[in-house]
Amino acid sequence: MSGAPAIEVSHLSKVFGGRSAVDDVSFSVGKGEVFGFLGPNGAGKTTTVRMLGTLIAPTSGSASVAGLPLGPANDAEIRQRISITTEAPGLYTRLTVAENLDFFARLYGLPGRQARIFEALSAVGLADRADDLCGSLSKGLKQRASLARSLLNEPEVMFLDEPTSGLDPVAAHDVLELVNGLRERGVTVFITTHRLDEAERLCDRVAILNTRLRTIGTPDELRRTLFTRSLAITTAAPLDKPDEVFGGLPAVKGWQASGPAGGNGPAGYVLSVTDPAAAAPGVTRALVAGGADVLSITETRHSLEDVYLELLGDGEGRS
Amino acid sequence: MINTVRTGAVIRKELAEIRRNKFIIVTSSILPVVFLVEPTLSILLTKASATSAMLATRVDVSLFVPLLVPVLIPATMSAFSVVGEREQGTLEPVLTTPVTRVELIGGKAAAIFMPSVGLSYLMFGVFIAIVALFAKPAVATEMWNAPQLPAEVVFIPLLAAWAIWVGLAVSSQVSDTRVAQQFSVLASLPAIALVALMSFRIVTPSLWLAVVLAVALLAIDCGACFVVAGLFDRERLVTGTRSRQRTVVPGTVRRLPPVRQSGGTS
Repeated sequence: MSGAPAIEVSHLSKVFGGRSAVDDVSFSVGKGEVFGFLGPNGAGKTTTVRMLGTLIAPTSGSASVAGLPLGPANDAEIRQRISITTEAPGLYTRLTVAENLDFFARLYGLPGRQARIFEALSAVGLADRADDLCGSLSKGLKQRASLARSLLNEPEVMFLDEPTSGLDPVAAHDVLELVNGLRERGVTVFITTHRLDEAERLCDRVAILNTRLRTIGTPDELRRTLFTRSLAITTAAPLDKPDEVFGGLPAVKGWQASGPAGGNGPAGYVLSVTDPAAAAPGVTRALVAGGADVLSITETRHSLEDVYLELLGDGEGRS
Repeated sequence: MINTVRTGAVIRKELAEIRRNKFIIVTSSILPVVFLVEPTLSILLTKASATSAMLATRVDVSLFVPLLVPVLIPATMSAFSVVGEREQGTLEPVLTTPVTRVELIGGKAAAIFMPSVGLSYLMFGVFIAIVALFAKPAVATEMWNAPQLPAEVVFIPLLAAWAIWVGLAVSSQVSDTRVAQQFSVLASLPAIALVALMSFRIVTPSLWLAVVLAVALLAIDCGACFVVAGLFDRERLVTGTRSRQRTVVPGTVRRLPPVRQSGGTS
């Protein structure tokens, strides 16, 4: 991730018939980065991909993709340098996998087509299905064939629009492995998805969109920005005087009981801290000194889903 | 600048799809057979003793019917060409490649033109061969002397091209295959109506008129590629909405809280 960004977007907007689909969106994606674009249905994710892929023109704003500014003069060259995997595989079902890829290889004007096709099919594990009709493939295999098609022109920037939509877990896992492979090859990947777990696992940075850009950063940065860091503690029995135990610790900004409280069973506490790793030893010592039997002490991890719901779960998630 | 490799790729792909679509093969074969049987029977059943007026009428009708084939077959095939791809979800991936509108439309047109014209000439050739071999000499002579005969050879590709451009134009504009097929057949009729007027001698046919019409149709066919390509709006085909480039609509933007920016790599 160095040098000029692979994608640079500045105040990009798109209006369809008076309805704003994308509104004043700005961000940049570094070369070789895997960038996740998240948002609810109708948030403008696909519209953004289509604008950056030169399929539709922005209403206002500007962008550069693969080093070229968007505009009619550069459309063909940008298309040569990028590839877009659409949500639907979009394969010609009466043609074989190899024939589908051959068609696209010719459209890209690629030399050594047969070698490229074999290489692309091998990359997605479909080399042995080259002569199968696309209509006979399962949905997962079609999506793989679609990815192979996108690899043909060795794109600098690859847009993946909901690549795992409708796939079973195994097929989705295979697709994500392929994306990981792209990262190793240095391809910039711009991925839109609904699956927050896969975005968290896969993406260097994510942006959350709901017509307007709501936030952008690494998953860890978003967690830190939106949530107080905390330690979750479970003791064998409720503390007699938790205020005394936690109140004297400078690293602890506050605490609250969580989980089962009262009685003689295990009890839970959540402590707000500045740095969980630094605070944990002192907290453990204080608990032991207070006579508590500590069952567990862990840093509370907020998932990307928590971030997403925090930003969009207030009803703005539906646009 | 038209890239012949890309145009060739579109032609190859379209022909392969046509070849493997049994529905297209069957329906495209039935129509010429029907239009071959009717004029053939009409000519073969004409008696040598028929009056010259009846003979002329039979020949006129028999030479008009084969002209329906190069209109109807490409009209239905081209009507499916764009909207069909759109419905199957195959159009958007193609539009993400460097292929231009003229290359895509031109390739599709060429791929429909070749089998349509080939089939029309084949049918016409079979009809002529049957007449030469089996028609009564007086009837055959009337046929060989008909001015429509050489005109037919010229008009078959011109009418096919017209029907293809009309079909592609309609297919680029509508979002439903059935509507596209209905419209394209209807829109192809004016050309065939003009030929019908001459075939049935409502407009007196002459070599001069045929040449003028042929040249006009040729000019329209040549220019139509660019006109139809102009109608091929990527944005509308992808989103269903016409492109309105760089026109900010004030007051339509819903304001949301400002973006929270955390870090970045670029």
